[in-house]
Amino acid sequence: MEMLVASAIGVLTATGVYLILRLRAFPVILGTAMLSYAVNVFLFAAGRLTVNAPPILQKGVLEYTDPLPQALVLTAIVISFGMTAVVVMIALGAFLETGDDAIDIAEEGE
Amino acid sequence: MSQISTLLPIIAALPFVGALLPGLMIRAGRNMAASSAAFVTLLALVMLLVEAPAVMRGEVLRADIEWMPILGLNVSFILDGLGFLFALMILGIGLLIILYARFYLSRKDPMGQFFTYLLLFQGAMLGIVLSNNVLLLLIFWELTSLSSFLLIGYWKHLPAGRQGARMALAVTGMGGLAMIGGMLILGDIAGSYDLDIILSQGEAIKASPMYLPALLLILLGAFTKSAQFPFHFWLPHAMAAPTPVSAYLHSATMVKAGIFIMARFWPVLAGTDAWFYIVATTGLITMIIGALIALFKDDLKALLAFSTVSQLGLITMLLGFGSPLAAVAAIFHIINHVIFKAALFMSAGIIDHSAHTRDIKRLGGLAAFMPITATIATITALSMAGIPFLNGFLSKEMMLVEAAETIWFGNQWLVPALATLGAVLSVAYSFRYIMHVFAGKKRNDYPATPHDPGIGLLAAPALLATLAVLIGIFPRFFIDAIVAVASGATVGGELPYYTISIWHGFTPALTMSAIAIFAGGILLTQQRRLARLWDTARRPEAKVLFDQLVNASVRLAAWFSTMLHNGAISRYLAIFVIITVGLGVVSFTGGGNVAGTREMLPVPFVAVVTWILLVVASVAIAFYHHARFMALILLGIIGIAVSLGFVYFSAPDLAMTQISVEIVTIMLLLLALNFLPKKSPIESGNMRRARDGFIAVMAGGGIAALAYAFMTKDFSTISEFHLANSYIGGGGTNVVNVILVDFRGYDTFGEIIVLGIAGLLIFSLMEALLDGKASQRLATWADDGNMSRDRHPMMMVVVTRVMMPIAIMVGIFIFLRGHNQPGGGFIAGLVVAIALLMQYMASGFSWAQERQRVEYHSMIGLGVLVAALTGAGAWLAGKPFLTSTFGYVNLPYLEEIELATAALFDLGVFLTVVGAVMLTLYSFSRLARRAGETVNVKPMDFDPSTDDLPEPEAK
Repeated sequence: MEMLVASAIGVLTATGVYLILRLRAFPVILGTAMLSYAVNVFLFAAGRLTVNAPPILQKGVLEYTDPLPQALVLTAIVISFGMTAVVVMIALGAFLETGDDAIDIAEEGE
Repeated sequence: MSQISTLLPIIAALPFVGALLPGLMIRAGRNMAASSAAFVTLLALVMLLVEAPAVMRGEVLRADIEWMPILGLNVSFILDGLGFLFALMILGIGLLIILYARFYLSRKDPMGQFFTYLLLFQGAMLGIVLSNNVLLLLIFWELTSLSSFLLIGYWKHLPAGRQGARMALAVTGMGGLAMIGGMLILGDIAGSYDLDIILSQGEAIKASPMYLPALLLILLGAFTKSAQFPFHFWLPHAMAAPTPVSAYLHSATMVKAGIFIMARFWPVLAGTDAWFYIVATTGLITMIIGALIALFKDDLKALLAFSTVSQLGLITMLLGFGSPLAAVAAIFHIINHVIFKAALFMSAGIIDHSAHTRDIKRLGGLAAFMPITATIATITALSMAGIPFLNGFLSKEMMLVEAAETIWFGNQWLVPALATLGAVLSVAYSFRYIMHVFAGKKRNDYPATPHDPGIGLLAAPALLATLAVLIGIFPRFFIDAIVAVASGATVGGELPYYTISIWHGFTPALTMSAIAIFAGGILLTQQRRLARLWDTARRPEAKVLFDQLVNASVRLAAWFSTMLHNGAISRYLAIFVIITVGLGVVSFTGGGNVAGTREMLPVPFVAVVTWILLVVASVAIAFYHHARFMALILLGIIGIAVSLGFVYFSAPDLAMTQISVEIVTIMLLLLALNFLPKKSPIESGNMRRARDGFIAVMAGGGIAALAYAFMTKDFSTISEFHLANSYIGGGGTNVVNVILVDFRGYDTFGEIIVLGIAGLLIFSLMEALLDGKASQRLATWADDGNMSRDRHPMMMVVVTRVMMPIAIMVGIFIFLRGHNQPGGGFIAGLVVAIALLMQYMASGFSWAQERQRVEYHSMIGLGVLVAALTGAGAWLAGKPFLTSTFGYVNLPYLEEIELATAALFDLGVFLTVVGAVMLTLYSFSRLARRAGETVNVKPMDFDPSTDDLPEPEAK
């Protein structure tokens, strides 16, 4: 199972990195969204994977998963929405001002 | 020996606090501004004098305030003889300068600003001489560089002033950086950053292999500040400052800071060969070069500037000799130089003020016009020349005695000869100041008729000239004690026997003095002829070299940053990712990673299906992201897969948050896509795509390996505490929620603020956008004809309106149960926001906007305020910010209800989330509004029974 989660994080990261290296604003935004998933799952996984032990205290239950990464990731998810929204706003502004959504100012150097 | 003084921190803080006064008092007039500055200085001076008797008894006063003890950084002050002497000069001369400046500056100059800068600078200087912690000292050291920049560049309208200030800042600032390094090494060797401990470790420091680097770095700082060769060039350019500034910076303060450092660290640094050859030689060279240039300068202030360079060289040389007696001579000369140089600068300012020129070629014969100024200037210039019965003579004589005994690389006569040469030159330039300015024939072509100024300008230099005479004639009475106590503190031990007196008998030094006076006089008669030679000689111009260096650095920096930062963001993202992956690989392979032992979880079928869904969707996005709409759908699939993962791995809160954020994000991107191209053009070639793919796979593989590496290992966590205390301390059974609103409430507080800022930022960006070019583009917006003709399908309108109250109720339910069951402010906020958003989607932006009752901005503000007030409420109970409390109440017919302040805090979170999300979407909706969206008045936009397009209803 750990293998599946690790590889999923890897795939999310790879796609995210590939997308942020594109030349238009929209795929870059998608890329940052993908990277947010990857980072959130990565942080979450730092608390190790546990099944059927949500951190909701109950009488007689002693085993709980680590709640701290969950709390951190929860706010991270909400903040990443804020970040995405700001980036989208900037991209929109750039497009509407210039009529072009290319992100690189200079000519490609290669 | 050492005792506590509560006055010390006050003395050090006074100028900084007082710096606020002149800027405010200037509204009450220039006299008030000057008086307030003088009052602050006087107060500090009086406090210093209160401590004087103890210091003169040889006691060391100190005051310690712990600041950051872990870093070894404490606000601790010390007052010994050396510090006392310097503090006395800084405050005493400071007081005179304030008086002088009041009458020197014209009505056009912003005087409040001037005194504010001056007090800031004075405070920084005082800090240096009173610090007992080298880190603190460094802070003050940097402050002198900064505040002197303001003072030198005070006349902002003069290019020379700005350039001079910049040059001074660049040179002394660079030296300051070097000195930070040196001091850190010194502290490292001594094992403490406290000055008194460092000073007691002289043997260990000199024996350390790091002694030489520390010495070089510290000297670099001291030499740049004290304008020692080859860093002397900034000082003359700093003369573009108003004369009071020059008089202060170049007599008692700024340039003496470097000297002070050399004197302060004399016990631990001096006495080695390295110290002797570096410091003494630099001082000697500086003394001669400075004096030589001074002889040929026609600008009065430039002459004085180079004479300062020369005199500082002399003091440096004395400190470099490394013998206690030479240190005594250095300390004595520091005092004398302050006295005559401040007075000389002031007299130069007076001449400039009344004759409207400082050019020696246009002056001469001034004695008849301004007898008082002439007397003052003559006395102090003679003192600088080292004429008997004036203070300068006494210390110069001591210098010659020390020089006569110094052997340089086995050579007995080199240092004495060069010291005499320096003396000859200084006699020559001092005489020149008298002969070419005041003596000679009266002229009638002065730019303005010179005259003696009022008492305001004359008082300060007159007092100093009197002091010069009194010390020169009665050294025992006036100066012996303070020289002794300051020198004692400098060398850090008993001083050998010496006397300060005018007559020591026929000594070699007396012969050297006599030679200097006569040769200097003769040299002056030849000055005009030599000056012509000097002018034709080619010599390196420091300013040109400096400018070239600066330009070269700027070009280098520009080249470097355009190379890295050429505007192609995809390029630096690629560089960034490659370097990060590279670092990861290095630490992964170098860290000795061992295989994990943690037991793996079994893999159920449904997990494999979800995994395949996620991987396929991710890979598909990479390949088909050009079709933007499809990419969004794929992104939604990934989000759902991630949420399912959270559900499976015991994170119900995360799953709920993820799925609701997912919905909001997709809606947002859809809204944005409405105004963006629907397709990305294929621009990058196969090579580039292969390259990027390679980078991406490397990054992904690295992260996967890292995640796998830690997931297969056991770990220890601090969460035991949270689990144990969640119910007892926080009153909730949902530990995640309790962490958010209680244990780590401060983090959450910060995060809702960030979220609120993001919302407001988007709003204001949109505001700016709609005022700009984009507005025209939107006004003529033509959709691509690919739109549904029924923009607001009736089914959806009806369903969303029916769902609205239900959704709100669900939101409230999730909010209320959040403390004990999955839910809480974040999730509830998102759910309510989605309910509202659906109205926008179904019924159109304009329709929903018309019905909006609450300003979303206020909602954000209210949310943050509620959270803050809840946190602050803990203060009323005498607890720290954000301490929560809870209790249970019983209402009839209902279950026991828990009331927790944390729930109130969560309400703040809820409000902020709703406000921020709605403000964001609302902002985007304004685009559509501007692009001509209308409010539908009929139940349906489009009547299917006819085939006509609906009439747009103007709103």
